[in-house]
Amino acid sequence: MILNMGPQHPSTHGVLRVLLEIDGETVVRMMPDIGFLHTGIEKTCEAKFYQQVVPLTDRIDYLCPMTNNLCYVLAVEKLLGLEIPPKAQWLRVLLNELTRINSHLVWLGTHAMDIGALTVFLYCFREREEVLRMFEMVSGQRMMTSYFRVGGIALEPPLGFFDRVRDFAGYFPERVDQYENLLTGNPIWAMRTKGVARMTAEDAIALGATGPTLRGSGVDIDLRRDMPYSSYEKFQFKVPVSQEGDVFARYMCRVQELRESINIVRQALDGMPEGPIKADAPGIVLPDREKMKTQMESLIYHFKIITEGFAVPAGEVYQAVESPRGEMGYYIVSDGTAKPYRVHMRSACFANLQTLPKMCEGRLLADVVAAIGSIDIVLGEIDR
Amino acid sequence: MPLAPAITDLEQLKNHPAVARLLGWNADAVVGVKFDRDEMTVFVDRAYIREACVILKDDPACPFNFLSDVTCVDWYPAEPRFEIVYHLLSIPNKERIRLKVRLNSDSPVIESLTSVWPGANYFEREVFDLFGVRFTGHPYLRRILMPEDWEGHPLRKDYPVEGYR
Repeated sequence: MILNMGPQHPSTHGVLRVLLEIDGETVVRMMPDIGFLHTGIEKTCEAKFYQQVVPLTDRIDYLCPMTNNLCYVLAVEKLLGLEIPPKAQWLRVLLNELTRINSHLVWLGTHAMDIGALTVFLYCFREREEVLRMFEMVSGQRMMTSYFRVGGIALEPPLGFFDRVRDFAGYFPERVDQYENLLTGNPIWAMRTKGVARMTAEDAIALGATGPTLRGSGVDIDLRRDMPYSSYEKFQFKVPVSQEGDVFARYMCRVQELRESINIVRQALDGMPEGPIKADAPGIVLPDREKMKTQMESLIYHFKIITEGFAVPAGEVYQAVESPRGEMGYYIVSDGTAKPYRVHMRSACFANLQTLPKMCEGRLLADVVAAIGSIDIVLGEIDR
Repeated sequence: MPLAPAITDLEQLKNHPAVARLLGWNADAVVGVKFDRDEMTVFVDRAYIREACVILKDDPACPFNFLSDVTCVDWYPAEPRFEIVYHLLSIPNKERIRLKVRLNSDSPVIESLTSVWPGANYFEREVFDLFGVRFTGHPYLRRILMPEDWEGHPLRKDYPVEGYR
């Protein structure tokens, strides 16, 4: 029988349609069908100035908006050859890790809810509420923050922001203990996730999986540690790797990543350098608002950047970051004008989705739901 | 930090391990090279792309065993029009390399890499869907992001941003 796990389904984490050919309870073949959220962001980017693309990038992987922002601005800064001041880099790391915590909280809540543990969802969203309020404090927006700019950060974080993050970092580890208390030793969770949707390391590499999907199968690669960007090399953190390759292994990877992320947040708070938050590049970075109102050159630069954009030297660049889902990359081709010629987003979930048929064929129908949750897909990133 | 100018001379770059390996295997396969902004790009001839990828994947010194990305750039109205771009990553050595193949607009056909990496499947379907480049040997070359009955290839430069509807 051919069953349609339609685009509108509480367990598909977005508008994913999965065509299942089942024989009783066993899945014989499955094929994901995507494209329901395709909005042509790559095409739209070609019609906008470089600084206007930043709000578009938020909406691609909407659960980790700052990571998208970071990847895009790092790529443009690589094209320009721009150096970013250390305070801006450390703030980017701090916010990137808070975003990773945010994203993993949504993953844990929804994944547990799909399998049946409904309480975990509410616990995770209680912490997420606090992080969203911190994002609102710093950028005015809860989710689509667009806080990073080409050349640094948009605004100074307000007074009280660092204290709030420090308070959060104080009580968050015991909250992670609460989630683990509910799930890790739970025999029902173990039966639903151990040995389910197993994938070997060779298959994962051949299919293009990255992130916890790959690290859950025993391959030790993390772009933050191995190809560091934005001063990640100054932070000490472990990269959790599991060997079994099943849903439980990927779950353990991500839960330990929650602990490592809050560790990085604490290190960033303790070592935050002083200095400017924007690079010294008047033709690219918007001037300070007060200077713009009183000095003629700043006014002219402001006007030129907003109305004409800044020209980027011709060339191409591929910049990849470690998003909560895997390797997110931006391939930007510039032809020397103020609008990008081609922007391609290498989304981690697009490649991770290819592992789904391999994981689920021959298994029970209920395991499909566990597998979809374990690879942590976000359709905004898949469909763009 | 000002940008260093791009190096495009094959003589200067032939000692890079991946380039040396490809030149050692078949000197006709490498049409050009570029080293710009700390990234290595190798222009490969269309006929040799699949074998070049196998050579790089099985290189014992620096195995590029992971296919990060397959995408395309449309240089309309310049010829050759399409440029298929492959990004490879070496997981043991933590190195990246970019391979590019140029295709003319009258024959946008290239061999599929699904026999080398099954993970190229969705990427090639997307390039077919949005640019119209056909991949021979692909197991299921259908539209992936646009609806099945869509006409036209949206990411081409002669397709308007606002669309036709």
